[in-house]
Amino acid sequence: MLEQYLNLFVKSIFIENMVFAYFLGMCSYLAISKTLKNGVGMGFAVIFVLTITVPLNYLIFEYLLSDGALKWIGPEYAELDLSFLSLIMFIAVIASMVQLVEMIVEKFSPALYGSLGIFLPLIAVNCAILGGSLFMQIKDFSGVSEATVYGFGSGVGWFLAIVAIAAIREKIAYSNVPAPLRGLGITFIITGLMALGFMSFMGIKL
Amino acid sequence: MKKENNKKPIFLFIGRNDEPIFSKKNRKLLSDPLDDNNPITVQVLGICSALAITVQLKPAIVMTMSVIFVMAASNVIISILRNLIPNRIRIIVFLVVISSLVALVDQFLKAYAYDVSKELSIFIGLIVTNCIVMGRLEAFALGNGVWKSFLDGIGNAIGYGIILIIVAFFRELLGSGNLMGYQVIPDFIYEMGYENNGLMLLSPMALITVGLIIWVQRSRNTNLIEDN
Repeated sequence: MLEQYLNLFVKSIFIENMVFAYFLGMCSYLAISKTLKNGVGMGFAVIFVLTITVPLNYLIFEYLLSDGALKWIGPEYAELDLSFLSLIMFIAVIASMVQLVEMIVEKFSPALYGSLGIFLPLIAVNCAILGGSLFMQIKDFSGVSEATVYGFGSGVGWFLAIVAIAAIREKIAYSNVPAPLRGLGITFIITGLMALGFMSFMGIKL
Repeated sequence: MKKENNKKPIFLFIGRNDEPIFSKKNRKLLSDPLDDNNPITVQVLGICSALAITVQLKPAIVMTMSVIFVMAASNVIISILRNLIPNRIRIIVFLVVISSLVALVDQFLKAYAYDVSKELSIFIGLIVTNCIVMGRLEAFALGNGVWKSFLDGIGNAIGYGIILIIVAFFRELLGSGNLMGYQVIPDFIYEMGYENNGLMLLSPMALITVGLIIWVQRSRNTNLIEDN
């Protein structure tokens, strides 16, 4: 049982890495990776929000939206399939959760808010968050704990990616990059090479 | 003295009535995002989907058309509502408008182009968080008239589509020797020993291709070079 969760965790970090395998959350990944400090802050915020929203959306999808999910209200609702609403529902949950998390963090931990605060609003539009929920819908998890592990693992994978690229970008400032490639261009190419490296994890059978 | 109520209602939607519909400024809105202010290579918006669905040309074109529709429609809607939206909840309003439009596109594709919609899987859904839509709403539609916002939406969506199609063109041509699913590299070249480059089909090459496009674009247009 534990082994299964561990497999899912490792798989979601390395083999199905949000950034390198699916290019999710690239916009914030490129925009906020100029310094390591900001990269770490954004990475933690993503872990935090993914771990909350994926299981929450799993419950909503499983008990409200999927085909025949409304059976618990009464037999006459067994035919309903509301899954076309899932997109709107997921994004509403994410946007409101981000707002809620921001308010809670601000109230109870001003220090954490100081370092995380500015990144939280950006997260509502980070495709890694919505991507996590949409992949959850496709993957058909057996329970809410699996969904939680998946959300946490994906967040850690994203965190790893942004910390790695931020560290490289801090160093590359001292290198002599061809002028037209400076900034964005070289970041793209480095990310490509890192993704090539991450592809070697695909050989791992879990 | 000019009276406010002299305006015909239609001009409320088009802008100031002394400005021609295709004035120089308006044309600039349409042409700027194609090169100087390209959403992908300059503004760094909407990268996620640009990379993931460019293995073949066909999904890239479908994606471009979906984004053109979503951007034009959402820019127009937000621009009409721009004086009514409270500032604090604007992000949620944007998301609701965009996700309703995307759900519309998603259902449409499922009905009329099922195989393509399977191929694009979650990436149609991810137009919702495609930062390009959100970014233009925030940066442009919230402060400009309806006609201008419409042009801005179309322009940026096309600028996005151009990069998408260039990347997909090279990846499909070099990776599988096809274009739009038809073989274009003739058989005798294969017989001479030419091989398809399987690496082009893998995801890292999308990133590197975009990197090279940026290199070419900035060598041509030196104003875009960054300091660091």
